[in-house]
Amino acid sequence: MRDFAFDGLSASFGGQRVIGPLSLAVKQGEHVALVGKSGAGKSTLIKLLYERLTREASLVPQGLGLVNALPVFHNVFMGQLDKHPLWYNTLTLIRPFRKDRDVIRGLLDDLGIPDKQWTPAATLSGGERQRVAIARALYRQAPLLLADEPISALDGPMAHLVMQALTDRFSTSVIALHDVDMALTYCNRIVGIQDGQVALDQPASRLRTSDIMTLY
Amino acid sequence: MLFFAIAVAGLFIADIAITTANPWRDLGQFFIGVATPNFFSTEGLMTALLRTVAFGFVGVTLGSLCGFLLALVYRFMPVRIFCAFIRAIHELFWALIFLQFFGFHPLTGVLAIAIPYAGIFAKVYSEILDESDPEPSRLLPPGTGAIAAFLYARIPDCWVQLRTYTAYRLECGLRSSAILGFVGLPTLGFYLESSFSQGLYSDAGAMLILFYVLIATMPLWVKPKLLPFYILAAPFFLGEGFPIVWGNVERFFTEDIVPSPLRNGEGLAGLSTWLGDLMVTEALPGIWNTIVLTQIALVATGILSLLAFPLISKHFGGPVRRTSGHVFLVIARSTPEYILAYILLQLWGPSMLPAVVALALHNGGIIGHLIGRQTNTIELRPDAPTGFTRYSWELVPRVYRSFLAFLFYRWEIIMRETAILGILGIYTLGFYVDSAIQNIQFDRAMILILITASLNIGVDILGRYIRRKLALQTMPTC
Repeated sequence: MRDFAFDGLSASFGGQRVIGPLSLAVKQGEHVALVGKSGAGKSTLIKLLYERLTREASLVPQGLGLVNALPVFHNVFMGQLDKHPLWYNTLTLIRPFRKDRDVIRGLLDDLGIPDKQWTPAATLSGGERQRVAIARALYRQAPLLLADEPISALDGPMAHLVMQALTDRFSTSVIALHDVDMALTYCNRIVGIQDGQVALDQPASRLRTSDIMTLY
Repeated sequence: MLFFAIAVAGLFIADIAITTANPWRDLGQFFIGVATPNFFSTEGLMTALLRTVAFGFVGVTLGSLCGFLLALVYRFMPVRIFCAFIRAIHELFWALIFLQFFGFHPLTGVLAIAIPYAGIFAKVYSEILDESDPEPSRLLPPGTGAIAAFLYARIPDCWVQLRTYTAYRLECGLRSSAILGFVGLPTLGFYLESSFSQGLYSDAGAMLILFYVLIATMPLWVKPKLLPFYILAAPFFLGEGFPIVWGNVERFFTEDIVPSPLRNGEGLAGLSTWLGDLMVTEALPGIWNTIVLTQIALVATGILSLLAFPLISKHFGGPVRRTSGHVFLVIARSTPEYILAYILLQLWGPSMLPAVVALALHNGGIIGHLIGRQTNTIELRPDAPTGFTRYSWELVPRVYRSFLAFLFYRWEIIMRETAILGILGIYTLGFYVDSAIQNIQFDRAMILILITASLNIGVDILGRYIRRKLALQTMPTC
């Protein structure tokens, strides 16, 4: 994955400017946490980045975007629909191949939901749904992760497990987080967003929780 | 109020006389016939039932496949117009058209169902697909094929709705298939008509009862696992019919439907006199009668459904009344209005009255059922008034909007049916179409069918406009 840099990122809803214009440059190997109040523009920024980086980014949106009627397996498998021919994908819809089943079971194992592979997404709990969306992002194996509050529905240990997995498996990431301690633990760069502008941009090692709290 | 006034005015100008000498005796005999059904008179009965199911299955399957393909390109205006057009022409009209050149070949019945159903399926399928969550398809990796994306991200999300709607349409298809018998195809309607004309009321009663049983038990015998078997088997049970004479097909398109002045080389002047004559003597009276009858039937439907819904509402009366209410509404809504009208017409003689009663019973049964079910979801406060006050102050105001929505939705359907009832001898558009065909004037018949179709499209647009104005939402019914 190459580094990326964007200038003049901006977005408006109904004539109201919600973000920017702002600039953001991210280098290979950086794990960037976007922090700030709700409504500061973090989600919008993630969306803007995804629009520009669709080819090389896995996205975990806040709405998760699961297909409720499909089982967990197929929701995860959708991360690699582009890698197989149509007949393979169609057959998988009816009867998945063993090698895909094994790979996806391994992923679900790591995320603590190994027994949910054939459960329809509609019947999962909030935390389980979130992990399915994360499994799909991991399965896509893109070089860059864009995630919007990926651990909002997860409890303590599970949240740590997931953050560890995300930062291990993606070489570069931009993650919107409301949990400041998590951001400081797992990311190496903190970008604070306030009223649609970058209000803070520092390596995580130079910041403490109290420095970030000024944004809230 | 305006609609009510139009209907009352319509009543004065409409011809609603009972013309048979002894209508109540005939009606009584008919009910005795239903009460003493004779299941073993003709061996044709079981065959008719089988053919009815076979035509229904093949027609609906073909219609849903074509409708699905059309739904994928439904956003293009020409496709929308094409679909609106093919669904504005009633199954029986399609059957009458195909009969002229395919003759009594199974293809006539299959296409008569499949074509209008494809138009309806296209519209409803595309509405269902549009409502699926767009987010999953946005998240797919770029480079995913369009078909794979469709299979994974769109279809599963609306699969249940597609399936429910198709199953519901299958029930409608069985009803359509039954009435195709009235134009001579070997389904239930054919045997019903012959039993009636010979006064064999017990045979007719047996047929009606079997038909109700067939529809009511559908959830038991239409199972997802059995469907492929039915669909594969159905084409083999359509019967032989008569072979298609391809010369007739060619002649129909190149000669029969060409307006006669053009055929005889009378040029445009001849065409305009011909058209003028057609308009004055047939189209205008037909349109007038169709509209009058539609409006009376619409208001009668409204009144009947408001009267009928308490029959199944849990806010009134005991379980006995509710059970009988359910039975009444099931019978009213699963008897095709065409069959109802046919029966009443046999008993009361030709006038608008049987048509109004038939349309009101069938449509009132459907709306009454839907509204009644809706009232069962309403929780009333414990000290709510009872009896008529409860009806008029607590329930009607709460369901009135959806009642109007259903009524305006069925407006177009009532008009489609009204036109068709003309085949039975009421002077609506169908009557003139049928007599033009009897007189081998297919050019006239085609023009009249086109007029009927545009009338339906017009009412559909008007009904949709009113529903949008009133911000009313409904699911499609048939």
